[in-house]
Amino acid sequence: MSFSQTDVAKIAHLARIALNEQDVAVYAENLSNIIELVEQMNSIDTTGIVPMAHPQDMAARMRDDVVTETDQRQLYQSIAPLTEAGLYLVLKVIE
Amino acid sequence: MHHKSIRQLSQHLQQKDISSVELTQHFLQRIQQHNPQLNCFVTVTEQQALAQAKAADAAIAAGTASALTGIPMSHKDIFCTHGVKTSCGSKMLDNFIAPYDAHVVAKMNHQAGMVMLGKTNMDEFAMGSSSETSYYGVVKNPWDLETVPGGSSGGSASAVAARLTPMATGTDTGGSIRQPAAFCGLTGLKPTYGVVSRFGMVAFASSLDQGGPMTRSAEDAALMLNAMAGFDPRDSTCLNREVEDYTVNLNQSLAGLKIGLPKQYFNADLDSGMAQKLEAATNLLISLGASVHEVDLANTHLSVPVYYVVAPAECSSNLSRFDGVRYGYRCDKPVDLTDLYKRSRGEGFGAEVKRRIMMGTYALSAGYYDAYYLKAQQLRQLISDDFKQAFTQVDVILSPTAPSTAFKMGEKTHDPVTMYLSDIYTIAVNLAGLPALALPAGFINQMPVGMQLIGNYFSESRLLNIAHRYQQQTDWHVQMPAGFA
Repeated sequence: MSFSQTDVAKIAHLARIALNEQDVAVYAENLSNIIELVEQMNSIDTTGIVPMAHPQDMAARMRDDVVTETDQRQLYQSIAPLTEAGLYLVLKVIE
Repeated sequence: MHHKSIRQLSQHLQQKDISSVELTQHFLQRIQQHNPQLNCFVTVTEQQALAQAKAADAAIAAGTASALTGIPMSHKDIFCTHGVKTSCGSKMLDNFIAPYDAHVVAKMNHQAGMVMLGKTNMDEFAMGSSSETSYYGVVKNPWDLETVPGGSSGGSASAVAARLTPMATGTDTGGSIRQPAAFCGLTGLKPTYGVVSRFGMVAFASSLDQGGPMTRSAEDAALMLNAMAGFDPRDSTCLNREVEDYTVNLNQSLAGLKIGLPKQYFNADLDSGMAQKLEAATNLLISLGASVHEVDLANTHLSVPVYYVVAPAECSSNLSRFDGVRYGYRCDKPVDLTDLYKRSRGEGFGAEVKRRIMMGTYALSAGYYDAYYLKAQQLRQLISDDFKQAFTQVDVILSPTAPSTAFKMGEKTHDPVTMYLSDIYTIAVNLAGLPALALPAGFINQMPVGMQLIGNYFSESRLLNIAHRYQQQTDWHVQMPAGFA
């Protein structure tokens, strides 16, 4: 398959990435080439094969249900673009 | 001093022939002299380095030092360093001062007392095979300034090869330690998935990412891995294993070693010059007691297609955290929340990162999951099974690290797929979570040739042993790029 400019604009919206008009055509061509490479996967029938979850077939490690993180809000917010009263500021979402 | 191995530097420090401060000043001076040419460092932490060196000298004087205390090193700019900019080669993180240390940084610089000289340049978010996608400009290969150093850990490779740092950390998602090691004539090791903690390592594709050492020799790599590896409860995939000393088996005999040569790698597609160098290397290993056997990695040709589903899918998810709200780049004067997200990401990420996020977003979008991500994870199992089968017959698999020596700058930047294919020999290893080591095996037209040794899970010690025995018989790894003596 190949990607049209409309497809790329839709994917870019899903990925929340703003693209220039002229870049859309370039990405359409790039992504079409990449998907062509990816579709070589279809040369092998994988019916019934269990997808890999972890190379070592290990189970997720459990830990005790206790607090391990200390409150570092001030430190973490010191590098935020915009905060107020311990909150991250974004533009108004609800009227 | 910059020609000495890590073991030699350690001896000089312990015997107090030289102080850590003097050693640190020596390397800082070399960085100042050569970095403008190579662009391998994005940040040099001079003040901090000298303070760490002073503390190291005090520890050595007090007799509380470890073998690596006071030895200078550098971190790929993907490892979070408390109070120091951690850019990951991206405009997105150009203003990001990490509020904590990566586990690897805590272990190496605080626990072992090594001195951090600075942070090395890299492909943006570790996406690339040439170190040409960094926001801070291309990195150059000291062996030929017209060629790339490989990527994504190209800054680390360039810096170690030019002797601006005795060692540097790298990360490897599809070959990002091994391919630059090959292009710059270094020894680079990607450990078994889960051996080195990913805590504080900016995530690209979490099921593939693994940190590892980039050094001049296998002995140096073993010493460095001792300081990097180890259990960390903060990385849920980090393995809780007994602490290993990777140096103890370095001198073990190679008698009886079974080496596998994959028939899919040694075919008509392999460059004849590369084939010759690898044959010579194989013959040397045979003279040391090894035997050679053909192995079959039947699904290995699907590694690159599988990787370009798995890695972008995981990257699209991981990089969704960059939203212009909590840290990193925020666009100017957003009109609404969607505009804030879209323009912060559109302006903050470079072209290759955007391509991969979009590829991953598409592969994971409604209705396509089975056709792409699920299919890729099934094939990943088959690729891994091939290795499992091969390791019932042989101890180690030998292959080229890359299809060629370092290529010219700009040669592959116009066609992403051509660039992706420069990792054909390294990617399968990440998909299977195996360890693999790259080391120099000769030169073609004065450029280093890379050889790769792939081992079974947790065979790092054996890989380092084979490489060390090989390096005792060869001098490829001690050769210096002209102009950096």
